[in-house]
Amino acid sequence: MNNNDIERYNPSQRTNHWIVAILFVLAALSGLALFHPALFGLSGLFGGGTWTRILHPFIGVAMFVFFLWLAIRFAGHNRIEARDRQWLRQINDVVYNREEKLPEVGRYNAGQKVLFWVLILSMLVLLLSGIVIWREYFSSFFGIVSLRWASLLHAIAAFVLIVSIIVHIYAAIWIKGSMGSMLYGTVSRAWARKHHPAWYREITERK
Amino acid sequence: MATQDVIARSATTTERPSIREIGEVAKLIDVSKCIGCKACQVACSEWNDLRDEVGTSNGTYDNPIDLTAESWTVMKFAEYENPGSGNLEWLIRKDGCMHCADPGCLKACPAPGAIVKYANGIVDFNQDHCIGCGYCITGCPFDIPRISEKDKKAYKCTLCSDRVSVGLEPACVKTCPTGAIVFGSKDDMKDHAAGRIADLKERGFDQAGLYDPDGVGGTHVMYVLHHADQPSLYNDLPNEPTISPLVGLWKGVTKPLALLGMGAAVLAGFFHYTRVGPIRVEEEDDKAELSEPVVHQVDPSVHVVDPKEPRP
Repeated sequence: MNNNDIERYNPSQRTNHWIVAILFVLAALSGLALFHPALFGLSGLFGGGTWTRILHPFIGVAMFVFFLWLAIRFAGHNRIEARDRQWLRQINDVVYNREEKLPEVGRYNAGQKVLFWVLILSMLVLLLSGIVIWREYFSSFFGIVSLRWASLLHAIAAFVLIVSIIVHIYAAIWIKGSMGSMLYGTVSRAWARKHHPAWYREITERK
Repeated sequence: MATQDVIARSATTTERPSIREIGEVAKLIDVSKCIGCKACQVACSEWNDLRDEVGTSNGTYDNPIDLTAESWTVMKFAEYENPGSGNLEWLIRKDGCMHCADPGCLKACPAPGAIVKYANGIVDFNQDHCIGCGYCITGCPFDIPRISEKDKKAYKCTLCSDRVSVGLEPACVKTCPTGAIVFGSKDDMKDHAAGRIADLKERGFDQAGLYDPDGVGGTHVMYVLHHADQPSLYNDLPNEPTISPLVGLWKGVTKPLALLGMGAAVLAGFFHYTRVGPIRVEEEDDKAELSEPVVHQVDPSVHVVDPKEPRP
C-alpha cells in the first residue's frame, strides 16, 4: 500500500461485504450438511443435525438482508452495457489473460456484473423457496407441490450461488492487487489503469 | 430389532447388511369388512401410549379429522353413489403409513439413520436421529408423516415394529372385531386377499381388487378395495402413487453431480492458476505517476573529504 493508491471501497462497504461473506460461509456449510449425506458431518460445526436445521434459516435470512443492502449500494455500477456484451463474447481472451484485446472496462467488468445479477437472482430464489420449506413457521401454509418445487429450487439456487462464489474468490486470487480493495479499501493506480481504465479516467478527471 | 435387519437407512450411501433372508410381512386391510368402529384407532393410541388432544368435529365421522403426530391411524369415511347400482356406498378406509418398499420419506430424509427400513418391510422413524426438517413429508406420496408441535420430531405408524419383532401382530390387527385387518407374511396376505376378492366379485363388485401399488415398489400395508379401479374414491387414496419426479430430481443423481460440479469449479481455478497463471500489474508504471520521487537522495552521514580542496 502506498499513499498514492485509490480508494475503491470505503470502510462501511467493506464491513457490509465481509458480514455477507461470513454469513455465506455459515449458510453454505450448514446447508451442505443437509445437501448430501457425505457432508452431513458438517452439521457437527453447528452443534448437530437438529441445531443445523434450527440455525440454517436464520443465518440465511440474515445473509439475505445484508446482501440486499450491499446490492442496493452497488446496483448502479452493474448495469450491463454494449461493451460488456462484447467483453463476454471474448471470454477466451479473458481466460487466457489477453486483457489488452478486450473492450475498455469501467468500475466493473462484464464478468463482475454478470456475477452480481446471478447473485441477486439466486439469493431471491433461496429466500423465497427457503421460506416455503421453513417447516417450523411457514410450511403449513403451502401445499405439497409447492413444497417439492421449493425444495428442488432451493438446492439448485444454492448450487448456483456456491459455484458463483467459488468463481468470485478465484478471480480475487487470480487478478493480483484486487484483494486489497476489500481488505484495506485501496488499489494501486497501475491496477486501476490496467483493469478498469474507464473507471480510472472517471475518478482522476473528477479530482 | 437386530441392526442386521436394517436393510435401508436414510442419508446413507453405502450398502446395508443384506445377507439374512427374512420374509416380508404385510398388513391387509379389507375395506369391505370394515364397520368404522375405530377400535383400531383406540388400540393404536393404547399400545403406543399416545393421547392426542380432543379436537373439534368437522361434521363428518372422521375423528380426529386427520392424522397427527399423536394419531397414527384415522378412519376416513367417504359416501359414494354408485352410478351402476344406484346404491349409496359408505367407503371406510383406515388411513396410515403404507410401509412402501421404496419409501419416499427415506429417500428425502437428510439425517443418517432417522428413517430405516427393516428386512421384513417395516419402515420406521428413529426420533432420536430425527432433526425435524420435515423432508419426509415432502417425500411421502401418501401424506402420512407429521411433525409434532411438542418436540419437532416426525411421527407415523410403526406397524408396531416392537410387537412384530417379538412375534406379535400389530395392535390394530389384534383388536379389529370384524377381522377386516389381518397380518402375516406378504405372500399369505396376498393369498388371503385373492379369496376375499373372489368373494366380492361374486357379490357384484366386478372391479374388486388388491391395492399394492407398483409405483412405490409395492407396500407392506395393502387394501382390498371393492373399486380397485378407482382408489381415489376412498378419501383420495392415490390412484397411482409414486415418489414425485420433483423429489426424484431433488434427491436423485443430481446431488452427487452438484457436489462434483462444486469440486470441479475449485479444481478448474487451481489448474487455471498453475497453467495460465495470475495477472500482475507492472508497478513501475505507478512510480512514474508519483508527484514526488519514491527514492530520495539522502545526505550520507559520512562525507569523503579531500584535504587538498579548500574548505568551505
